[in-house]
Amino acid sequence: MEQFLDPALLARIQFALVVIFHFMYVPLSIGLGLILAINETRYYKSRDPKDAAATKFWAKIFTTTFAVGVASGITMEFSFGTNWADYSRFVGDIFGAPLAAEALLAFFLESVFLGIVLFGRGKVGPKFYLASAWLVWLGSCLSALWIIIANSWMQTPAGAELSADGSKAVLTDFFAAAFNATTLPRYSHTVLALLVMGAFVAIAVSAWYMHKGKHAEFARKTLRTGVAVSLVATCCLLVSAHSSAVAVAEEQPTKIAMMEGHYEEGTLPLYAVGLVDEEGQSVIAPIELPGFTSWLASGEFDTVYPGLNDLAAENPDIVVEDLPVNLVFQSYHLMVALFGLICVVILIAAIAAFKKNGKLEQKKWAQWIMIVCPIFPILAIQAGWITAEVGRQPYVVYPATSSPEGVQLLTNNGVSASVSSVELLITIVLFIAVYAIILVAWARLISGFIKKGPVEDLEGNIVDQGGATAIAGASAATAAASAASDSKKEAN
Amino acid sequence: MEILGIVWFCLIFVLIAGYFVLDGFDLGAGVLSPFVAKNDQERAIVRQSIGPVWDGNEVWLLTAGGALFAAFPAAYATTFSGFYLAVMLVLMGLIVRAAAVEFAGHDKAWAKLWNILFFVGSLLPALLLGVAVGNVYAGIPMDANGDYIGVPLLGLVTPFTLLTGLLGLSAFILQGASWLMLKAPLDSPVRARAKGAAKVAGIAALVLFALVSVYGHFVIAPELTGVQTILGIVIAIVIVLAMVFCIAKAQSDGSDLAGFIASSAVCVLLVALWAVSMFPNLVVAGAGDPITLFGSPASGENITIATAASSNLTLTWMLGITCVGLPLVLIYHFIIYRTFRGRVKVEDLHY
Repeated sequence: MEQFLDPALLARIQFALVVIFHFMYVPLSIGLGLILAINETRYYKSRDPKDAAATKFWAKIFTTTFAVGVASGITMEFSFGTNWADYSRFVGDIFGAPLAAEALLAFFLESVFLGIVLFGRGKVGPKFYLASAWLVWLGSCLSALWIIIANSWMQTPAGAELSADGSKAVLTDFFAAAFNATTLPRYSHTVLALLVMGAFVAIAVSAWYMHKGKHAEFARKTLRTGVAVSLVATCCLLVSAHSSAVAVAEEQPTKIAMMEGHYEEGTLPLYAVGLVDEEGQSVIAPIELPGFTSWLASGEFDTVYPGLNDLAAENPDIVVEDLPVNLVFQSYHLMVALFGLICVVILIAAIAAFKKNGKLEQKKWAQWIMIVCPIFPILAIQAGWITAEVGRQPYVVYPATSSPEGVQLLTNNGVSASVSSVELLITIVLFIAVYAIILVAWARLISGFIKKGPVEDLEGNIVDQGGATAIAGASAATAAASAASDSKKEAN
Repeated sequence: MEILGIVWFCLIFVLIAGYFVLDGFDLGAGVLSPFVAKNDQERAIVRQSIGPVWDGNEVWLLTAGGALFAAFPAAYATTFSGFYLAVMLVLMGLIVRAAAVEFAGHDKAWAKLWNILFFVGSLLPALLLGVAVGNVYAGIPMDANGDYIGVPLLGLVTPFTLLTGLLGLSAFILQGASWLMLKAPLDSPVRARAKGAAKVAGIAALVLFALVSVYGHFVIAPELTGVQTILGIVIAIVIVLAMVFCIAKAQSDGSDLAGFIASSAVCVLLVALWAVSMFPNLVVAGAGDPITLFGSPASGENITIATAASSNLTLTWMLGITCVGLPLVLIYHFIIYRTFRGRVKVEDLHY
């Protein structure tokens, strides 16, 4: 019981809760932002009111999701100060700048142009509207860059030194800090995974309409968009996953050892599945390919990596019995296994989308696989983050191989001294309650939007445009022209 | 004291002022919503008036928080952890409010819940931010590391901080009412009620400002230089004039834009007065308000520009980022406020 009242543990639980919640909506909005922008581009070219309806359909889903992402994101930005005051004091000289830059250079871009996408169809020209849709997506990708710069610095600190009094890290080289050893591999890995997420939602919505026999044209177009985006992203993901793994193997010896349940010095085998016996310090696995992970990480089958016991012998901070090895092992292997499933889904969806006279999209089993498919990337994304963040324990600022001497901080030394366990328990309960309500409300709205579909909105959209042009005057002249051509096309 | 530290001290307050003016009107509109909007259409008018812009407005708070973290990490760490439960209440408010604004129009079944959450979620930050300002100004007990050592949450409530909280709330409401006067359809009851609210909020703000000024100057009595005192008095006089102008505007017919500019000026000047009377401190250490329910333990050192500032290299980079980013932000704001200029049209509403 007592350990559950440990403020450091409670602070970690709270942070994990709020970040996992936040990171369900962010992948959706970054992924769907691209689908939305692609759709608007199609409408811009075709001026087909059906495509406008599709944009509006995605805009509604996107905005609802984005709003939850924003709301839960405010928590994240303030969590460092509220729950991790000593961490904030230690890293402020480096870590604060990317957060401020994220708000200034990315959040404003996203939120302002989202206002245009949402309310501005009849008020701005078509070119401007199209640009706004892309700017929203660009903004979301930029915000991901800044936050991953900050997070990667915690994984592989660079461009900094320990202050003379040893109380904090001080910036010495901005570019070295921003583009540290893991920034680019982790950024590309994350953003590509988020694009797969958005594309899979597009695939699932299409498959749902195929299943229901509704909105056939929308479903076909959307399925193709989803397949194209996820196929490209998944291919690139192989490269980024490899570079991430190489970076971890080079920079974070305890993390790679935890990922593979590696206790004693030796080469790293490859397991498909397994269980880490933390007490017996061994991995129980049906299949073991010796040296394969060494080969993946270094190009040589016989590259030797130190085990957790060797690392603990050199570093008194590391207590092997306390490391959550099994959690890191399982989440890492879950992510890899899900990647396999994702490839299978893409194959099925591609055949359904592009094979002429194919009957696959009519098969119930294929439809259902595509309908449930977003669960795979969202789980893979969460599992990947758990691997990355739990894998750096017991440190919050990890002493990576190439990091400057002394720039490191144990997680337990980062918490706020002024926040008691009781306060933490109160806020954990509050967060669970509030986030549960929001989750349910969000799910109700999204299922409502999907049930309604893009067609009914088609009429609403034209009415909206007509209404807006009637009163918006000169500024909407272009929109009036487009609305006129829309109705003409429809008449034809 | 380094010049860069002073520049960042000013910039933090500029960001706070930007937040107060912009999110001020949409938080104020949220607090006013149950009082000025009595049916679905009127509630939709209130939501539509802030719909395209509230999200961008809130980013000012994120920017101010991020900039405080980057420029003065010690001040960020002390205030956010010291005011833990209060900050969490503000956060919860902003979270449920974001959901309420975006969901209400689409979710008829839960409309009642969203209307309540829009109000509560706006009220919590509008009230508590002022309480936080009062504490930072009057002083909080902290240890050598800068960690707050007073009673959680309740230790932050004193007569003075209650007054600053209410002053903040009345300014938020005045700003919200001025915005609704400007944006609601000319002949709608929302505008008429907003006018009434602006008058009440303006008078309340005037009275509370007088009380806070007297209490803050004579009872809390921070040590100020001659320049600070004179500057403070000048700003206070202009604040009073701007408030009187707002009250007069709420009674007469005429340009609603002038009223909104005047109430925005009240917001900016209140932040300016706070900044002038804080300089060079970021967080004052002390027993705080002498009248308090909880005796405060001994205190640490003030957190000042000199003790809290990040390295010159960081501050320089941040300044560079700001020089690129801030003009862009202003351009975005120009674009969006221009696109959605004019009063809300009933034909545009979806509710």
